[in-house]
Amino acid sequence: MIIIDKVFEVYPDNVSSELIAHTRHVTSVSPEGLAKAAMLDVDPDFHNKLENGKIMVAGNNFGCNSSREWAASALLHSGVKLLIAQSFARIFFRNATNIGLLIFECPNITKMAHPGDELIVDLSTGIITNKSTGKTIQGTVMPQFLLNIMTSGGLLETLKNS
Amino acid sequence: MNITEKILAKGAGLDKVVPDQIIDVAVDYAFTHEKLGPVFFDKFRDMGLTIWDKSRAIIFADHGNPPSRVMDADLIVKTAKFAEDFDLNFYNGEGICHQLMPEKGYVSPGRIVVGTDSHTTTYGAFGAFSTGFGSTEMAWIFAKGRIWMKVPRSLLFRVSGKLGSCVMGKDLALHIMKLIGSEGASYKAMEFTGSAISALELDGRMTLCNMAVEAGAKNGIIEADEKVIEYIKNRAILDYEIVKSDPDAVYERIFDIDGDALPPIVSLPGSSANSVPVTETAGVPITRALLGTCTNGRMEDFREAAKILKGRKVHPKVRLQVIPASRSIFSQCIEEGITQTFLESGVIWCNPNCGPCAGGHYGLLGKGEVCISTSNRNMTGRMGDSTAEIYLASPATVAASAITGKITDPREFI
Ligand code: SF4
Repeated sequence: MIIIDKVFEVYPDNVSSELIAHTRHVTSVSPEGLAKAAMLDVDPDFHNKLENGKIMVAGNNFGCNSSREWAASALLHSGVKLLIAQSFARIFFRNATNIGLLIFECPNITKMAHPGDELIVDLSTGIITNKSTGKTIQGTVMPQFLLNIMTSGGLLETLKNS
Repeated sequence: MNITEKILAKGAGLDKVVPDQIIDVAVDYAFTHEKLGPVFFDKFRDMGLTIWDKSRAIIFADHGNPPSRVMDADLIVKTAKFAEDFDLNFYNGEGICHQLMPEKGYVSPGRIVVGTDSHTTTYGAFGAFSTGFGSTEMAWIFAKGRIWMKVPRSLLFRVSGKLGSCVMGKDLALHIMKLIGSEGASYKAMEFTGSAISALELDGRMTLCNMAVEAGAKNGIIEADEKVIEYIKNRAILDYEIVKSDPDAVYERIFDIDGDALPPIVSLPGSSANSVPVTETAGVPITRALLGTCTNGRMEDFREAAKILKGRKVHPKVRLQVIPASRSIFSQCIEEGITQTFLESGVIWCNPNCGPCAGGHYGLLGKGEVCISTSNRNMTGRMGDSTAEIYLASPATVAASAITGKITDPREFI
């Protein structure tokens, strides 16, 4: 699977899943309710920035702390097409895969991708090409069964078909 | 192999596993609660799924119970309905999942327990493998009783000596957080051993394993001993096996900690890895204090705090909220006179539940408030307004600070 889109923002290390969708902001767990709460504590301008591109980039340990699946859902329902981080916290990684939010791990991505850059991301080979700068970088290739879960809409879709 | 690897190998029906191997594991118990279960309940029904073994799937209403918002009340209604429809054991308002899982006998050494809550790591204190999953994945587990996992690499923490007076499992946990950082154990197992660990009561061991996830760990684990057997012998539903690490077990890194030298530790607002000895932050004025949660809402915690609070008053500017982790702890506190001691010193005593720990309800922090808490997380906005500040500490330090109205070394009261 190949994703071509623009980076809308590069976020720092240790963005906690609590802050991605804080209880204070979640007044409904519907897709719209979660989308509205997305990233409010980290970046109040998040939704505006999403107009400029659909690839979100972040540093290390993205989604740390809480196990709340809300965090991944909030990003998915906000329209994030692909989330690339240098590393993910374990439960966030599983949650995102399981709900069909496309995520991708790539050490050093924050050094080579900037807001506005257009990226070509090949999820099967793990190669990211930055069209704007011409640079390429190798990300971590996911095991095929995980890639299948993620790209076929999540775990429950897989369960339905099994 | 080490303890974690041995338990996972058995769960996967294999003789041997190695770190990074992806395996399919049968779980012994799985649970969810009212905050994260409703995320998958409807889908579970719509897809016509059934529970793999209804004696093995547990449901709690513990995070915001009794609820303060209609939305939270609805979540409990939904949760109760799911438990009823699928005929599952349901604990509604009896306490926090991480306390009730062992109390009700769902945890035994050598077993695999999973839950939709990150602090499921707590049961490593009983020599079990336990870890948290997200909601959607729990739908899969509830249906199949199995889940894929990657065998974690392991870190070994050898703690020598014995913790001093007023120094608790919490102080050790906060010290380790500082040592390795908030992603220092990402995806890894944290195994704790040494004389200071053996000397810890189970309550303190639970605190330690509870906080393993704050360093990003998949699980925390301690070899089971007689204290564990004593606790589970009249509780555990399934039989148990004491699993020990082999002498040649492989660890990615080994840390040696001198338990005798450890002072009380406090984490500064922002991250539990931001820890310093209490003496370095003593004197910071506080207005709120929380004694409870799945990290420190147990008997040892209340006994330590009661020693300090006995015959003393909570500072007039401080609200000290006490929340036992379960109903049986509540009743034990009454029996031992601890409840009376606390009430006389002016605490607010609450029913067993998570309280304001995750910022859901019940004692939230307002703008600019400063709280010292026995919970496990202190990032911005965790317990209320994003300008409020949270310091993390042991029950002893929280009790001492509640009396003086500023962060205080509990050793001053002994
Ligand atoms: S007490 Fe706090 S950390 Fe523990 S389960 Fe409840 S909300 Fe989570």
